[in-house]
Amino acid sequence: MFDVLSNEVLAPDLHKMVVRAPRIAKARKAGQFVIVRADVGEERIPLTIGDADVEQGTISLFIQAIGASTRKIVGIPAGGKIRDVAGPLGLPTHIEKWGRVACIGGGVGTAVLYPLVKALAQNNEITTIIGGRSSPYVILVDELSALSKHLEITTDDGSRGRKGFVTNVLADMMSDPARRPDAVFAVGPGPMMKAVAEMTRPEKIPTIVSLNPIMIDGTGMCGGCRVDVGGEVKFACVDGPEFDGHLVDFDLLRDRLATYRDHERKALEQCAPDKCKIGRG
Amino acid sequence: MSDTKTVATMSMKERMAIERVKMPEADGTVRSRNFQEVNLGLNEAAAILEAQRCLNCKKRNCVVGCPVGVSIPEFISALSQGKLAEAAKILKKDTSLPAVCGRVCPQEKQCEAECVRGVKSLPVAIGYLERFVADWANQHIDQVREKVSVTPTGKTVAVVGCGPAGITAAGELARKGHKVTIFEALHDTGGVLRYGIPEFRLPKTIIDQEVAGLKDLGVTIELNVIIGKTLTLKQLREEFDAVFIANGAGLPMMLNIPGENLKGVYSANEFLTRVNLMGAGQLADCSTPIVQGKRVAVIGAGNTAMDCVRTARRLGAERSMIVYRRTEAEMPARVEEIHHAKDEGVEFVFLTAPLAILGDKDNWCTALKCQKMELGEPDASGRRKPIAIEGAIEDLQADVVINALGTRANPLLSQTAPELQLNKWGNVVSDEKTAATNLAGVFAGGDIVRGGATVILAMGDGKVAAAGIHEYLSTK
Repeated sequence: MFDVLSNEVLAPDLHKMVVRAPRIAKARKAGQFVIVRADVGEERIPLTIGDADVEQGTISLFIQAIGASTRKIVGIPAGGKIRDVAGPLGLPTHIEKWGRVACIGGGVGTAVLYPLVKALAQNNEITTIIGGRSSPYVILVDELSALSKHLEITTDDGSRGRKGFVTNVLADMMSDPARRPDAVFAVGPGPMMKAVAEMTRPEKIPTIVSLNPIMIDGTGMCGGCRVDVGGEVKFACVDGPEFDGHLVDFDLLRDRLATYRDHERKALEQCAPDKCKIGRG
Repeated sequence: MSDTKTVATMSMKERMAIERVKMPEADGTVRSRNFQEVNLGLNEAAAILEAQRCLNCKKRNCVVGCPVGVSIPEFISALSQGKLAEAAKILKKDTSLPAVCGRVCPQEKQCEAECVRGVKSLPVAIGYLERFVADWANQHIDQVREKVSVTPTGKTVAVVGCGPAGITAAGELARKGHKVTIFEALHDTGGVLRYGIPEFRLPKTIIDQEVAGLKDLGVTIELNVIIGKTLTLKQLREEFDAVFIANGAGLPMMLNIPGENLKGVYSANEFLTRVNLMGAGQLADCSTPIVQGKRVAVIGAGNTAMDCVRTARRLGAERSMIVYRRTEAEMPARVEEIHHAKDEGVEFVFLTAPLAILGDKDNWCTALKCQKMELGEPDASGRRKPIAIEGAIEDLQADVVINALGTRANPLLSQTAPELQLNKWGNVVSDEKTAATNLAGVFAGGDIVRGGATVILAMGDGKVAAAGIHEYLSTK
């Protein structure tokens, strides 16, 4: 059992939970994730390790309550316990001295991006571009701002920062020789990462994306998270989750993510506010 | 019991005349729709009568045939006299998993293959008797609970993996007084016994009971710890006097045919893990989903394939099919499991090799494109080689396809331990007699050394490793 030390709402349906897990805190590197199971009978789901404090023996998880299982997890209050937390899993982010790096986060991807920016900022000049549907969905602004030379915000409705998509900002950067990135990291919904990869491909700017396929064990034993990278089958849990964005088959990723859509919808309906006891202490 | 003669008063002729007991089993039609255990076990009278068939040979060939060297004539002799607690204690000395082995070992290739009574009639049903005694012991735990009176040696051992090899080694080492900690990557114990072998062959309560026996011996089990990730081999070597690597061969081999990434295509490991470990399709109050196909094709013919095809049937498949490029005679699965599958309505599509998986416009699997085969001349291994019949290509309708082709060594641990010697397949190299690796104090056994093999061979390796580790610790 793993103690939940705090549970804070960062944005609508987006929680930051700090969990005591000393071994994971000590071993983790940027880009790695954990597999979490809220309780007996619950499914195992992958969550990025947003941050860690080795001295306190804690890790931070940013969780978007998108379905029945994530709602159950974010419903565990400070002082409560998570049944299983296993990790750190996956390969750490490949850190190199690129020069000027654009780090792009969309929605909850911003939280996944945060540890990458933190690691990359040590020997790169970072421009961070984060986007959200509207103002309340823009998160981690202060934290990312402190690590970045430039921080750009976009919202779909223009309620904060520039109106439009993160890709608009990237397009501007690419067309300005003084700002052109030497590498791009993109984390967020599949279509966003695909759009970024298509923009940088003709310019041959190295582009790294963090993939989010369905996982069960997270240790390479089942292949449920398989993705196609450059025509080869890779297991995102052991070979990734970060891959060369120019080689990833994003259509396949999106398609496989839809495997259990009907099941997920049903589970969420059963978890509707008037029926569901989950997540209310 | 009053009309049963005791073994002491029976003549040899009378004992030779007893026919081998038959295992009662649940009705095929009914059981093909539920997950309850198929083999129902012997009752006490039947077990004692079967035990009386054992001639208690001096040569003890059966023991030689057992990879963990269970004292077979001794436990059967106690059983034949109705001394159940004594039989259970004899068993427990040699194996930490008797209720498991009695169920899943291929006895026909091991202990029972060596039984003298098998020469003229049928061998003693050693597996059934082991199961009977172990189940009895689990229900009468107070009468058999081991008094742990070993002297602590003060030495510590880390065991990587809580599967059959790790459990066996941990039990042996704890009985010798060493302080053992098992590290398990998943959230539950048992390894393949938990996630791979289905409930209808091995009820999960059996694993819980046998693992509880380990805890009685003072073994600590830490779940959710992935060696190579959470902790490294180097850290274990610093903290423990010896390490036993038994993390298995959990990486599925892929088909490498077109359509493998369609929705509804599973590796056997994924399919079985969802159902067995997570309860998908099996337990009402579980949140892990699974695609429940109406027509399911399982590629492969080993025990894992049989577990998949029988599980798919229980999840509601109208047609649940084994697709195999050879014929029934070449199937590597246990004869008993093939027989069970047939009774449950499983279909066998022989001399058929998959070429591609076909899908619909939404990328859901719809069919398996197959090449029909015929058997040619025997190859170097003595098996007749399947040869494609030119032009004989057929589509087999299937909305779920499960690949049960086997597994490879998992590289999670070795990736972060470059100093550990591996062979060209990524398996850890260890000494056959001591299980020692190239690193001092580090031992390895089970599927991580052999590649995908059987439960009982892994247990045998665990036993060898425990002896090797004990020897190492004694001279250290």
